[in-house]
Amino acid sequence: MKNISLAHGGGGEEMSELLNKVFKLFDNEILSATNDAAILGNLALSTDSFVLSPVILDDEINIGKLCVCGSINDVLMVGAKPKYLSLGLILEEGLEIQKLEIILKSIKEECDKCSVMLVCGDTKVVPKGKGDEIYINTTALGEIIAKKETKNIKAGLSVLVSGDIGRHGASVLIKRNNLEASIKSDCKALDKEVLELLENGVKVVAMRDATRGGLSAVLNEWAKQSGNDFLIFEEKIKIQDEVLGLCELFGYEPYELANEGTFILCVEKEDEIKALEILQKYNENASIIGEVLEEKKARVILQNAYGAKRFLESPKGELLPRIC
Amino acid sequence: MNFIDEFRDKESILALKKLIKKEVKSPINIMEICGGHTHSIMKYALPSILPKEINFIHGPGCPVCVMPRERIDTAIKLASMSNSIFCTLGDLLRVPGSENSLLDLRAKGADVRALYTPLEVLEIAKQNPSKNIIFFAIGFETTTPMSALLLEKVIEQNLKNAFFHINHISVPEPIEAIMSDENVKINAFLGPSHVSVITGCGIYVPLAAKFKTPIAVSGFEPVDILESVLNIVRQINENKSQVFNQYKRAVSEKGNVKAQNLVKKYFEKCDFEFRGLGLIKNGGLRLKDEFSAFDASKKFDCAVQSKNESKACICGQILRGLAKPYDCKVFGKACTPKSPIGSCMVSGEGACAAYYKYSKVNA
Repeated sequence: MKNISLAHGGGGEEMSELLNKVFKLFDNEILSATNDAAILGNLALSTDSFVLSPVILDDEINIGKLCVCGSINDVLMVGAKPKYLSLGLILEEGLEIQKLEIILKSIKEECDKCSVMLVCGDTKVVPKGKGDEIYINTTALGEIIAKKETKNIKAGLSVLVSGDIGRHGASVLIKRNNLEASIKSDCKALDKEVLELLENGVKVVAMRDATRGGLSAVLNEWAKQSGNDFLIFEEKIKIQDEVLGLCELFGYEPYELANEGTFILCVEKEDEIKALEILQKYNENASIIGEVLEEKKARVILQNAYGAKRFLESPKGELLPRIC
Repeated sequence: MNFIDEFRDKESILALKKLIKKEVKSPINIMEICGGHTHSIMKYALPSILPKEINFIHGPGCPVCVMPRERIDTAIKLASMSNSIFCTLGDLLRVPGSENSLLDLRAKGADVRALYTPLEVLEIAKQNPSKNIIFFAIGFETTTPMSALLLEKVIEQNLKNAFFHINHISVPEPIEAIMSDENVKINAFLGPSHVSVITGCGIYVPLAAKFKTPIAVSGFEPVDILESVLNIVRQINENKSQVFNQYKRAVSEKGNVKAQNLVKKYFEKCDFEFRGLGLIKNGGLRLKDEFSAFDASKKFDCAVQSKNESKACICGQILRGLAKPYDCKVFGKACTPKSPIGSCMVSGEGACAAYYKYSKVNA
């Protein structure tokens, strides 16, 4: 590892190597817990930077909505209710003011929907060619309702996913390559379903939103952190036909595509149906996809419909289409 | 019906598995020519559901795996030129040359772009008239028509700044070379269906007859592969050596004649050095002399000094079907997808990458 490559931002193995080797100088108890947000007493804090090309995906989804949902979801994942948000904008010279207005309007709408207050911000402008229209950093602060930490994952838990997977990654690919498909990003704030789970006392042990690196990255991180094997039933994972078709075309694994409004949960077995019923109110494709095993080899095992098993590897490198 | 679900159907898979188990009488070594098949076989964990008599052997059909290092070094040299935009498909970016990869070069500031389709070159060339746009043309019969079409458009649109680093190769010749090696013990082949969409399944008839081996031109889904394996089992039981077109939904006897003619218009056969297999007569394609103005190797200085491949890497034997990835001492240790030694671990279609990704702990 001599230079930063795009793979270091992919959410897979290269990124974790970078964090472990280069960022180790900041090591402390809170950071090393590797939750989606830092837990500071009864507060949760999470920061995220957003780059998206193109910055506007469609009428509903743009980098503005993404930057609010992303940070809010990270705070929700540790069992906190998001309350405040900061906004840092890096604008490239030449950005159309109208585009900026569309993005800011989305930010405002999303904050209002989630009852989150934007309380501070910053704007910088860089010369033309030194940025990609707009980069956004958001930091969310929330109040913990029922603390959820990934370190508590143990054998016997059920693994659930809150919806079908891969839509955000697929929608970005389609837009970038001018392909015709009706795939819509799943980008959304997860406050309603997460808060309903917590308020109904569902025994959720850990949650993580499956952003960069997708389902595969989350499960592999959890397997490594807990040391346990995860058994996942392939036929239970819901994927839209169009997303699957795009993966077939380019040679991608849908499990590695990014999501922006889908999360993975570990819940106590006795509460799996209760959790599923709540999740399915928000997305009918929510599903119980597997379980945490006793065996301590830190592997994610994917069992297909006809009983054969293979490993679901952590994503590696930059997503590149196959040659033929 | 969506052309995916029915070919991954549980009941069909279990029924085919049962038939294969019932009918197989002796060990059968089946070489899957194409890396795409290797990946499907491993991804769907087919060896774990098939009887032990069925032994899959990976073949030379991954264009990245069989590219000699010299051609990668040439690509890196072309991409390093100050005024070039180097355009490439897919995972060629990761393949290590003697000193570095195209990915390393890009991280240091070279303008190296991964394309989704070769025709993107046209826009890039128009938007950058003062730069040399070089397209890394690579692949078997499947991708050659796309390079030919790109060249046709470049000529039609009178673009003077688009050039080709040509590395197109052909399937039948390396297969013939492999079968001529007396150490190789192959009883049947899975033929790549996407190649046959272009060429037609007729190209395998002489090979099947000459080497008395059944060839099943197969799709890439588990039902496709199992149906092909069952046909191979039956042919062997009946002492037949025919070409079976399992992928009738897209493959005809004669193939896509329009695409073939497009290739013939611009390309001619040439000898080609395959990594792991050596120089194969008529194994490659080059641009005809009348189109040499578009040939990067003629336009630019492409001389390179390549280092020898690592002695520890046994990709050559793997590509000839003489060894499996697990047999390699560096597999999964010094050689992983993150730090690959050989291109079989780099390519998304490489055998080592498939074995590592889906079943490395079985090693």
